[in-house]
Amino acid sequence: MEEHRDDIGARLGMWIFIFTEILLFGGLFLVYAVMRAGYSADFHQAAHHLNAFIGAVNTLVLLVSSATVAMSITAVQKGDSKKGVILLLVTLVCAGIFLVNKYFEWGHKIHIGLYPGSDLMLTLNHGSVMFFSLYFFMTGLHMLHLVIGAIVLTIAMVKVKSGAITPNKYVLLENGGLYWHLVDLIWIFLFPLLYLIT
Amino acid sequence: MTAENIHHPEPSYLEYRGKYKGLLGWLTTTDHKRIGLMYMYAMMVFFIVGVILGELMRLELFRPGQQFYGPQVYNGLFTLHGIIMIFTVVIPGLAAVFGNFAMPIMIGAKDVAFPRLNLFSWYLFILGAAIALSSQFMGDGPPDTGWTFYAPYSVTTHTNVIAAVLGAFVLGFSSILTGLNFIVTIHRLRAPGMTFFKMPLFPWAVYATAWIQVLATPIVGITLLMIIAERTLRIGFFDPNLGGDPVLYQHLFWIYSHPAVYIMILPAMGVVTEIIPTFSQRRVFGYKAIALSSMAIAFVGYFVWAHHMFTSGMSSTARWIFSLLTFLVAVPSAIKVFNWVTTMYKGSIDVKPPFLYSLGFIFLFMIGGLTGLSLGSLATNIHVHDTAYVVAHFHYIVFGGVGFAFFAALHYWYPKMYGRMYNFKLANIAFVFLFAGFNLLYFPQFIIGLMGMPRRYFDYLPQFTFGMQLSFYGGILLAIGLVLMLYNLFQKNGAKAPANPWGGSTLEWTIPSPPPVENFDVMPEMGPDEEPYDYK
Repeated sequence: MEEHRDDIGARLGMWIFIFTEILLFGGLFLVYAVMRAGYSADFHQAAHHLNAFIGAVNTLVLLVSSATVAMSITAVQKGDSKKGVILLLVTLVCAGIFLVNKYFEWGHKIHIGLYPGSDLMLTLNHGSVMFFSLYFFMTGLHMLHLVIGAIVLTIAMVKVKSGAITPNKYVLLENGGLYWHLVDLIWIFLFPLLYLIT
Repeated sequence: MTAENIHHPEPSYLEYRGKYKGLLGWLTTTDHKRIGLMYMYAMMVFFIVGVILGELMRLELFRPGQQFYGPQVYNGLFTLHGIIMIFTVVIPGLAAVFGNFAMPIMIGAKDVAFPRLNLFSWYLFILGAAIALSSQFMGDGPPDTGWTFYAPYSVTTHTNVIAAVLGAFVLGFSSILTGLNFIVTIHRLRAPGMTFFKMPLFPWAVYATAWIQVLATPIVGITLLMIIAERTLRIGFFDPNLGGDPVLYQHLFWIYSHPAVYIMILPAMGVVTEIIPTFSQRRVFGYKAIALSSMAIAFVGYFVWAHHMFTSGMSSTARWIFSLLTFLVAVPSAIKVFNWVTTMYKGSIDVKPPFLYSLGFIFLFMIGGLTGLSLGSLATNIHVHDTAYVVAHFHYIVFGGVGFAFFAALHYWYPKMYGRMYNFKLANIAFVFLFAGFNLLYFPQFIIGLMGMPRRYFDYLPQFTFGMQLSFYGGILLAIGLVLMLYNLFQKNGAKAPANPWGGSTLEWTIPSPPPVENFDVMPEMGPDEEPYDYK
């Protein structure tokens, strides 16, 4: 068979996939909304236990990474694959920083015994249990997406380096970038909902 | 383009040899026609397993009290019957088989937009089914929650719920990717000049289905993940002891699982819309109304989920709104039925097996649809909620509707798939058995349901015995019909099929039977004056 290439189709497919991811998180946001309406006072209290500073740093890190991934696509489009690789590397480093921060954040909570199913959780009021369960579930699922996105971008980076992604053929990188923006976007919603409304 | 190009230089997709031959050639194929058949073979195995489980339940229910096995086995049987039939047979159903086999040809494409993703979806389908089935043999016994996995029981039961839920999650992922693939295919690969309103109506139905797959399935995905996290980590979203809400689970579950009914039925309607004009030798009546009613069903069907929950605890405002919306879905469905019947009016009707099965579909679907309205009405719902009446209603839709349409589609495209005809007489006899058996099996369930027989009960009061026994005999007739039908189709020794055995007027009938690997020698085009259904 002759090769059939349809970049617009590939992009359309990616957008639809991103749509399904938003709906996946949409189910969680729905649970959040129901619980928040039911236990608004407890949610206010519990949110004080999250470190808004680390959250803000991570938000900034992800915003920067979104910018660098967009810049890397432009660089590749203009034929500067070397710059493209460097910018993708910066993006991946940002992803690493995010994960390290999250490790300390989660690690601290788990250390003091605050995690779903722990004895400490069972002594808390219902609203706090829901809040921390949602916190772990939502940020956990987000982290999983971040790791998948980082893997896709790593593949794209290798392909830029090896010359498989060129100024005429960069739809994989573009789709990886779109996915990365999704990861960023979901965090943009998670951050205020979990950290800032106190 | 007529039957002349049957002597074709390019091999048919069945004979084609790529890199690998034999079974490996099939398992590594990216050809949409082969993948469609692979879905069909897998689903047929699952379907037969599901039928056997159903018959085992009927056997136990032949008399009140325990006959052959205990209540826990019965709970396991109806759960597995539901999981297999819903998630691995009717949800992928016609869209995966005929959407794959026929849709790309009908829009004049060589394949779907992402052929490798298509194969990947099939593997996910097999993987999901395997995980779901493994729940029977591993852990602490088969799940006993019913296919709906209602919390809090699904969180507290000691049976192997996680495997079943994980299997359903993977199957959902497969369904999403198939939907995504079909949407992009229909947007990008239609023949030049074939605008949306020049597309045949089966692709329209597949298009509407694909959107529901993409929009609804992620919700059940996250819900099933929550059940898994609930069981492994005790996150407590659905556990009232920790502040969660079991009714929330029901909402999340039905936000997907009601639209899933339309994932099943829309392609079935699409197939019937192709078959009826072909065998009436008339142009379909109300082309645009049918196309748009598919989209309307997909849209409105999204907002009716809570009619499964009228007795679960909801405000009365919510209940009447959901009831009203449920009634609204009947409008586009009825538009289709009226259009099918009108298409037959003054047509030159030729009652061949596909047409016969389609008539069966219309009849059974109407009974299922109208009893659905009595369930959507608030007052009657309270009376018949969770009774055998519901069981009868959804089997009329899902088996009488989707199942019979599947058989119709199989008899319609069989000559195209295998290049052989089948025995019409035997197909008609099988239909009589199937139709009579089906009604004898499920109609008594309406009556004993109205009398108060609850669904999912292992035992029952003596006054329901007669109805239960009628159902049992119906089940036997139905099984005979299935065996006859499959026997007939598995022969594959009928006369060679011409390119267009039925006088069909869509693109798939312009190419040889079975189609060549790349479908078309000359890529079809549509001029500005050409209408859909002009290919004859």
